[in-house]
Amino acid sequence: MLYFTKWKAALVLLVCAFGVLYAAPNFLPAGTFPTEASYLPGKQVNLGLDLRGGSHMLLEVDTDSVLRERYDALADSIRTELRKEQIRNRPRDATSNGADITILRPEDVEKAREISRSAEPNTELSGEGNNIHVTYNAVARKELIDRAIAQSLEVVRRRVDELGTTEPSIQRQGENRIVVQVPGLDDPSRLRAILGRTAKMNFHLVNNEKTAADARATGLPPGTMILPSADASDQAAGIREYLIDRRIVVSGDNLVDSQPTFNDGRPVVSFRFDAAGGARFGDITSKNAGRGLAIVLDGEVISAPRINEPILGGNGIITGQFSVQEANDLSLLLRAGALPAPMQILEERSVGPGLGQDSVEAGEIAAVLGLVFVVAFMVISYGRFGIYADIALMMNLVLVVAVMSILQATLTLPGIAGIVLTVGMAVDANVLIFERIREERRNGRSIINAIDAGYRSAMSTILDANITTLIAALVLFSFGSGPIKGFAVTLAIGIVTSMFSAIWLTRLMIAGWVKRSRPTELVL
Amino acid sequence: MKPLHLIPDDVNIPFLKFRNLFYIVSLLMVLASAGLFFSKGLNFGIDFRGGILVEIKTDGPADISALRDNLGSLGLGDVSIQEFGAADDVLIQLQRQDGDEKAQMAALAKVTDALGENVTIRRSELVGPKVGDELKEAGVYSVVISLLLIMVYIWFRFEWQFAVASVVALLHDVVITIGFFVITGVQFDLATLAAVLTVAGYSINDTVVVFDRIREYLRKFRKMEIPDLLDLSINSTLSRTTMTSFTTLLALIALFAFGGEAIRGFTLALIFGIVIGTYSSICVASPLLVVLRLKRKIPEAEEGQEAKA
Repeated sequence: MLYFTKWKAALVLLVCAFGVLYAAPNFLPAGTFPTEASYLPGKQVNLGLDLRGGSHMLLEVDTDSVLRERYDALADSIRTELRKEQIRNRPRDATSNGADITILRPEDVEKAREISRSAEPNTELSGEGNNIHVTYNAVARKELIDRAIAQSLEVVRRRVDELGTTEPSIQRQGENRIVVQVPGLDDPSRLRAILGRTAKMNFHLVNNEKTAADARATGLPPGTMILPSADASDQAAGIREYLIDRRIVVSGDNLVDSQPTFNDGRPVVSFRFDAAGGARFGDITSKNAGRGLAIVLDGEVISAPRINEPILGGNGIITGQFSVQEANDLSLLLRAGALPAPMQILEERSVGPGLGQDSVEAGEIAAVLGLVFVVAFMVISYGRFGIYADIALMMNLVLVVAVMSILQATLTLPGIAGIVLTVGMAVDANVLIFERIREERRNGRSIINAIDAGYRSAMSTILDANITTLIAALVLFSFGSGPIKGFAVTLAIGIVTSMFSAIWLTRLMIAGWVKRSRPTELVL
Repeated sequence: MKPLHLIPDDVNIPFLKFRNLFYIVSLLMVLASAGLFFSKGLNFGIDFRGGILVEIKTDGPADISALRDNLGSLGLGDVSIQEFGAADDVLIQLQRQDGDEKAQMAALAKVTDALGENVTIRRSELVGPKVGDELKEAGVYSVVISLLLIMVYIWFRFEWQFAVASVVALLHDVVITIGFFVITGVQFDLATLAAVLTVAGYSINDTVVVFDRIREYLRKFRKMEIPDLLDLSINSTLSRTTMTSFTTLLALIALFAFGGEAIRGFTLALIFGIVIGTYSSICVASPLLVVLRLKRKIPEAEEGQEAKA
């Protein structure tokens, strides 16, 4: 067992050399190595947001509202067909579960079902009696949701890119969630403000028959709705709500650009329509001089200026009581486009750059001190063999760093704790082996025999012991989130690499020593 | 220089003689932990409860009572404010707000507004009700699944008595570690849950080393009484058990002292768990094998081989 074939020894040394090579970039200034080829050394360990500072946000896209909107539209198109056949019907409020229509005359039901069935592909028809219930099938539903998520991802990416930070990561998670990670962000409230809004902007005419208060008292005229005002100057004037026409006169989809600017020294937001939007805008403003034009953002009227003259160039400004920041954010949101559905922030974790730096420093100090303690204690306990174990321990750390760099795994604060823990536990294999060698010596075996037996009998124990810890690490990895995953990663990598370094590397060193100095006495 | 031996070479402690004492001590600790868990309960962090956490740095020592007045008047329920590692470092925690995720967001905005410009926000975390519930669920799953997998592995490698004894010892460690959290009031969050699972892995690791030795001696010493054999196995591995626990503790103490406030609870859990895990593998797991009536069961074919070794 103590005898090493040349190629085996070479292999062990080669692994160590590769470890050093791949770990090296972490200790040299960035860019020392050319990094064109991904398999070459040069990559550094990925620092998690808790160490480099930044924001993590978990968003959920309200897919129900996507479905509800689609079913609303589906019900509309079915009713248009029904009307052509003069089938009298009544819609019911669309839900995310399907479009519902009630047929008023029993003799029409059969025909209405026929029409509803063929109105759109990929739909399923059900419903009892004179009720018609139409849903998309599972494939179509999934496609709808996937498309909404893809669009949301795109919009979120455009918005985050506007913040101008480096390397933001935006990924879909599960069915309807999006994870946004923005390293090096100082102010998470900005990110919160721009991600938390749908930014659906539409232009509506303010109803000129009644005020909102009248409508509340005497009933809404057909085709109108009441929306709250979000304009501070309105509130000062005692206007809380507007009665506006339901019909969208120009949609925000027609916007091509928006910029923050100043008007009379006050921050405002300018916008520009595409050709179609510009034409419509010109048309509407020409025909409705004197009426109010409500600019509706996410269900609130942000401004409702009076149309004084036709606006023909397709350009306009929104004047509200904006701060500079709000004007910036609004124009950013309008440029990046509206989300297809509202989003909610389910979870947010932000770490300032100062704390991240402090954590890295604290982690380094703890790791170095832990290492010094363990190294010293191993030498005190096992003398020469302790030194071998210590060399293996250092090599193990190098290997952990190398593997993390190669896999581009993320190092988090708990991950550093995992490494420190590995320092303590990595020597376990050596402790097992050395204790066994001591025992075998006490039982009167020769030095070489004892070493041999020590390694051989400790082997299955080391394997059993490490596999059980590895199980816990793997479960942590699959269930944990963010920082905890980082802990599981370093723990798992540390366990695997420690088996190599503690078993093979120490054995190589001990074999070399035995061969060189043919010891007659073993101080252990 | 003669190397240090933590445990004398000729150690021979009759652990099994005291096993009833160990059972009583362990049982009391387990019952106390379970009782405390159900009566007082864990101090769950926002990871599991949902809620808001903000860590701030103030210019000069923080005026905690002023902060308390300021934030307490916002009407956001219980606000916990404590110094965090340094006089100018303060940890603010809010309980989960009534309502949905939007309510949490609004509360966070209120807090940051109220804190004003004079403090630096070092960290802010917000866990909505939905995610909190999910994390709790995932936490329970991860504990149950790792315990099951470890048990299956031990079952696969050893006799059933070993599997049962090791899992009992493991549960013992996990329950008592949780009891430790209840008593100390250290916050229980995702990181401490990870620590508990690591303790589970470590504890089983320790136990397996002793069990490996017992299995070996079962083959080697045919005539020895089981209790004597267990004592011999524990004593033979005692030096290793203490050495490894000691080196791991050394590393953890460095982490506890210098690793920063953020992972202090996590490290504390690991330190406590490793002490209790070492105790259980020596004083609980192995003696349990007697209770479980471990017998020699060596197939005839293997007997011939073993005789030579």
